[in-house]
Parts: sequence; structure tokens; C-alpha cells
Amino acid sequence: MSKISEEKFRQLESELAITETLNCSRLLCPMPVIKTQNKLKELAEDEILKVICTDPGTIADIPTWCRINDIQVLGYAELKDHSIEFLLKK
Amino acid sequence: MTEANSNQNGSQPKAVALISGGLDSLLATKVVIEQGVHVEGINFYTGFCVEGHTHAIRKKDKQKQKRNNALWSAEQLGIKLHIIDISEEYKDIVYNPKHGYGANLNPCLDCKIYMVNQAKAWAEENGFDFIITGEVIGQRPKSQRKETMPIIARESGADDRLLRPLCAKNLMPTFPEREGWVNREDLYDFSGRSRKPQFELAKKFGFEDYAQPAGGCCFLTDANYSKKLEDLWQARGEKRYELDDIMLLKVGRHIRPKANFKLIVSREEGENNFLRGYKKEFTSLSTISHGGPLTLLDGSFDKKDIELAAQIVARYSGGKNADKVSIQVENFEGTSYIIEATPMQPHKIKEDWYI
Repeated sequence: MSKISEEKFRQLESELAITETLNCSRLLCPMPVIKTQNKLKELAEDEILKVICTDPGTIADIPTWCRINDIQVLGYAELKDHSIEFLLKK
Repeated sequence: MTEANSNQNGSQPKAVALISGGLDSLLATKVVIEQGVHVEGINFYTGFCVEGHTHAIRKKDKQKQKRNNALWSAEQLGIKLHIIDISEEYKDIVYNPKHGYGANLNPCLDCKIYMVNQAKAWAEENGFDFIITGEVIGQRPKSQRKETMPIIARESGADDRLLRPLCAKNLMPTFPEREGWVNREDLYDFSGRSRKPQFELAKKFGFEDYAQPAGGCCFLTDANYSKKLEDLWQARGEKRYELDDIMLLKVGRHIRPKANFKLIVSREEGENNFLRGYKKEFTSLSTISHGGPLTLLDGSFDKKDIELAAQIVARYSGGKNADKVSIQVENFEGTSYIIEATPMQPHKIKEDWYI
């Protein structure tokens, strides 16, 4: 798990082939975790999911869920507009 | 894996544990893991869970540790956790609990039966052998009593595949015990409301930092919250809610000056920000001439009702001692106008308006 700057996040994002983007804006935990979990079930091994959140609780919850379920957090960033974006690899 | 510790297929037995994030489910799961059983956790989101979202709203709570205790428990136990959204189906349980409510609008017994039933369905679908809960006889007045234990097992359909490791020795041997998947002698005989045995067991396992939510992990056990939900149903003339309704019951002061509408007045910046997200669904009032709370109006109301609401909002603004406070009224379509309101005197805000 690594928190990176918005600039580095955008760079990383441009270098990756993102399979799907999941928008969890305005959803409060645990709904972003549930939606991430369910979306990842649909993806194949090595596919990449980008998740956009606004609940600061996701900063702890999504990486924890990923750790216990063997999902790799490639990086996440807290953006200037206070949203949080994650790049996850199944 | 020992020879005794294998299921009918000759492989390691598998159990699914209901993980709430509290100490009992953490311990019950650990007891079974220690016996060589493969365990995965399941956690249900009802919409009323204290875990999670509330810390995202109030600014004063932002200093508190932001963690979901069910996830934290799973990580401590080294198990996978599956979080299931049951908020839609759960409404029927809240509207019409077969076994009735507890002290407030908490349908604890029906809730437990439903969750165990859902865990059983999940176990069958995923090839798991039995179900674990952290129940302790006598721990909770509504759902965890000697008489209710067999009701939960029977009505959930889990029957003797439901194991309560913390009080198993006070109950008849279950299927996993009879099969030798778990050793009954290594299970426990806790009973009653005392938490001392759990604290000792936590110490034995080396758990020091665990959640102990007062009154459980559900808002429906909270008297103030239940009163607001009851008021909502009364105002609507029927038992009905959407997820947004039950979120909003957790936020702000709820004031009902007339039967046809209520105000949701934010109490601080965090709630202001949260309520702002609902401006496209509700008529809102914001103070302009002075600092003040964002307020949503819920229900049906006319011009006079809005004027009354504006006087109450002015009372909670920085201009409470001013002659007039300018307030912007904005409807959900975005059209707005400004009214001048005289702050209501405190004694005129009746005690029974507060929900």
C-alpha cells in the first residue's frame, strides 16, 4: 500500500491499462468497500480497477480489505478536491 | 491437519464466522481457528451499522481512529472477510419483526436469525461446513438468552451446524463437535452479562486493542435514534424508509414544529458538508447575513411553514440576537429567494418539537 501525490498518481494511472473505474463518490463506508469487493469479483487476475471515493474512512478500509483478500494496492492519492482515488490490481 | 480434523470429504473442515467487529465474534473465531479449522468471516451491512460511515460526517469525530472494526478483526485473525449488503432486504425485518422489538426499534432476534440464515446460504454456496457466532447465553436481553439459542438455530435453518464456541458447553453438542472437527473440551461455557471471561480470553490470545461498542453495533438499539425513526414513520403514515432517510437520522438536530414537516439543522461544519450533498433532493435554508447552519426541510410545507422554519434557523445562527437574519431558501431544483427572519426566542421553541 502506498500513498502517493496526485501528480505521481496521474503518472501511474497513465502508465497502466485500467480495466474499469468504479465511482463511489458520496458513498459512506462500508459501501465503497462492498462495491469494490463486488466489482473485483467480476475482474480477472492481474486486471486493474480504479476506485474514486469521497469518504475519508476508505483510506483505512479499502487497503485493509485489500490486504486480507490478497489484492494489491498499486497506489492511492488524496486529491485537492478531497476525493480519494485508488488503483487496485487483482 | 489431524486425521480427526477433516470433514466428510477428507479435507480440512471449513467454517464461516459472523464477524461484527466486536470482541465476542473475534474470540469465537479465534477459538475455532486454533482447532485447525479453515475460517472465513462474513459481515452484513444493514444500513444501521454503527461501524463505518458516522465517522465520516461529524468533524469532531474526525480525530477518532477511522477503521472498520470488522475488517480490523479479520486482519487480526488472518482471515478473509466477505461484506454483504443486505440493507434492502433488511427493511422487512425492521418493519415487521416476527419476534418483536427489543427496548427500542431493535429487532435483534429476527436480525440474528436472518444473518445466520444468510451465512448458511453463503456456506452452502461456497462449500463451507458450519457457522460460527460469538453469541453468549445471557449476554443480551433480547436475542442472547437460553431460550432463544435453539430458536435461532432452528428458524435460520442452520440447526446443529451452528456453533457458539464461547458458550458451547452450556448447549447440546453440535454437528462439528460430534464429527470431531472441533474438540468440545476446548470450547467455553461463558454465560451472563459479565465480560470478565471474555477479557481473560482476549488476554490469553494476546488481543489488547479491540472494539467494545456500547449497546452493540446497531443504531436501532439507540433510544434517540429509534425515536427519530418512529417519528419518520408517523409523519409518513406508514413504516417505510430509504437508505438516505436512515443516514439523515444520524445527522443534525431534528425539529418538528408541525406535523407536516421537520427541519434537519446541522450542528457543525462536518454535518454542513454532509447535508450539502442533499440540496438537490430537499429544500434547504442557509443564513446569509450571519454565519449559521445549513438546514434541510423534510415533508410538505407552504410559504408560512418556510417562514416558521426560517425563524428557527435564525435562532441557531450567529445572528440569534439580531433583529433580522437574511436566509436563502433554495428548492431542490436550484431556484432560490431570500427572506428576512426574526430569530425565534428560545422559549418559543417547544420542547416537544425536538425529536
